[in-house]
Amino acid sequence: MADILGGIIEAFRLIATGNPELYGIVSRSLLFSGTAVILAILWGTPLAMLIAIKEFRWKTILKTFFSTLIGLPTVVLGLILLLIFSKGGPLGFLGLLYTPAAIIIGQALLITPILVSIGISAIESVDPEILNLSKTLGASESQAQVSVLKEALNGIILSDIASFNRAIGELGVVLLVGGNIAGGGNRTDVLTTAISRYTAIGEIDYAIALGILLMIIVFAINIIVVVLRRANYIVELAKAPYFKLKTYRENKT
Amino acid sequence: MTIVAQLKDLTKAYGSKIVVNAVNLQIHEGEILALLGPNGSGKSTILKILAFIESPSNGTVEFNGETVNYKKTERVRLQSTLVFQKTTLFSTSVYNNIAYGLKIRGVPKNEREEEVSKALKIVKLQGFEKRPAKKLSGGEQQRVAIARALVLKTKLLLLDEPTANLDPKNAGILEEVIETVNRENKVTIVIATHNMFQAEKLPHRIALMNEGKITEIGTPAEVFGKLSKNLASFAAVENTFTGTAQPTAEGTTIVDLGSNVHVEIAELREGETTIFVNPKDIILCQEPLNSSARNVFNGKITEITDLGNLVKLKVDVGRAFSVQITKRSYTEMTLTLGSQVCIVFKASSVNVF
Repeated sequence: MADILGGIIEAFRLIATGNPELYGIVSRSLLFSGTAVILAILWGTPLAMLIAIKEFRWKTILKTFFSTLIGLPTVVLGLILLLIFSKGGPLGFLGLLYTPAAIIIGQALLITPILVSIGISAIESVDPEILNLSKTLGASESQAQVSVLKEALNGIILSDIASFNRAIGELGVVLLVGGNIAGGGNRTDVLTTAISRYTAIGEIDYAIALGILLMIIVFAINIIVVVLRRANYIVELAKAPYFKLKTYRENKT
Repeated sequence: MTIVAQLKDLTKAYGSKIVVNAVNLQIHEGEILALLGPNGSGKSTILKILAFIESPSNGTVEFNGETVNYKKTERVRLQSTLVFQKTTLFSTSVYNNIAYGLKIRGVPKNEREEEVSKALKIVKLQGFEKRPAKKLSGGEQQRVAIARALVLKTKLLLLDEPTANLDPKNAGILEEVIETVNRENKVTIVIATHNMFQAEKLPHRIALMNEGKITEIGTPAEVFGKLSKNLASFAAVENTFTGTAQPTAEGTTIVDLGSNVHVEIAELREGETTIFVNPKDIILCQEPLNSSARNVFNGKITEITDLGNLVKLKVDVGRAFSVQITKRSYTEMTLTLGSQVCIVFKASSVNVF
């Protein structure tokens, strides 16, 4: 018990004194997961748009496929990617295994089903007349689709946040393809894998400190989103950046 | 007379269901043309085809003297716009809603601001720019939708039942707007409506539609004056009934509408006659009124539609009459579906065709 208490006190001291090792790991985590989310948005959002708007034969099956993939055990995805990236694997020649790139790709693939599934339902919940409305006002097909996307923005931003949380809290894939390398110029240890390493070698204070920081990141992002959503700022800000916040506050009352 | 658009043998079918059947129609520059007919008569489909968001199954559309290629409508769409019956707004400010089409057309920002403010003035919503559009009342929302279309100054302005679900105040404002922009800006307007009164007041010409076809076309006086048989053919129009007229000894006429409903009218008629009673001219009461009104019927409420400040009721007295009352009367009378009520209207309130 004294160990745990001592660990917690030491953890807070490490956080408060801005321990460089600790914050190095945090910034790596933010960088990798942030990049993974941006990558996944680049292919996930257009894919969600396509599935939601177009009518085709395999639509339901494809939607079910993506929603099922949300539940895919991350270790399984990690194993598949490990085999693909390993020396004898089909993409072994790229030399990506145990590099930051492998982590980013792994996380991006892992969160794609979340982005696509939530994205589809957000887009499908938009008034179907928006597409035609935009066209009657002169929009081209692609401009009209952008309007639909804007209407779905609230839900899409939510899926981006959920994806980021999933990515930054992810262990299985990152451990298998990243390798948890804690030294040299190409370190691949992130919050989750570093916690597991510090726990294994008995440096409980570092593990606790990292755990606290991980929780703070996840909570902070969610709180910001909740606050912004409640004030209905997210959608309005994203759509009309030149509006003053003040105006909206006045109108709400 | 310049022709803005012309439909030639236009047919539209969804699967095996034909909704517009070989329609020929010319739309003249500067006119207000009303497509008058019951729900499902093909009015909205014609508007969508004229807005180039639906393509015809057969036949052609000429716009500005050129045959429209419905596979490539992006450019021609800039010259025609449609306001939907169900108000659809982007979930953003009033300004952004109205400026949308101008932005697409590459109008510079300062001009956009000027045009939006002018359009808001026309629909009597000055200073509403920054308000979130979806937080406005139903009538105000529809006026934003109209302003959003007006600002584009298209060759053709299409309005699908623009006042169908509005209270009289908002409906009045909109009708005034439609008249003004037609008169002052020479905008060519096509309105789809099932409201006979609107069709009589606003348009220069009326095209009567039934089951996908245009049955009559002409000025309101022509159409309402001599076409009682065709008017009778669209019984779905509210409170329009056809029956057999029989003059009485007192110099009035009784029209037998069947189902034991006899309506007294103030004109002398004999034989088949079509009548129309405005829902606003009918008084609703809980017990038969002792009054000078000649027409008193007992029945029960079969349908209730909330129109904001107003409530529309369908009262079955043998034939179904639509009655419009204020929300306040509705709540005070504690009416529900199946309530026994009585409807009263004067013989002189009955329009005879």
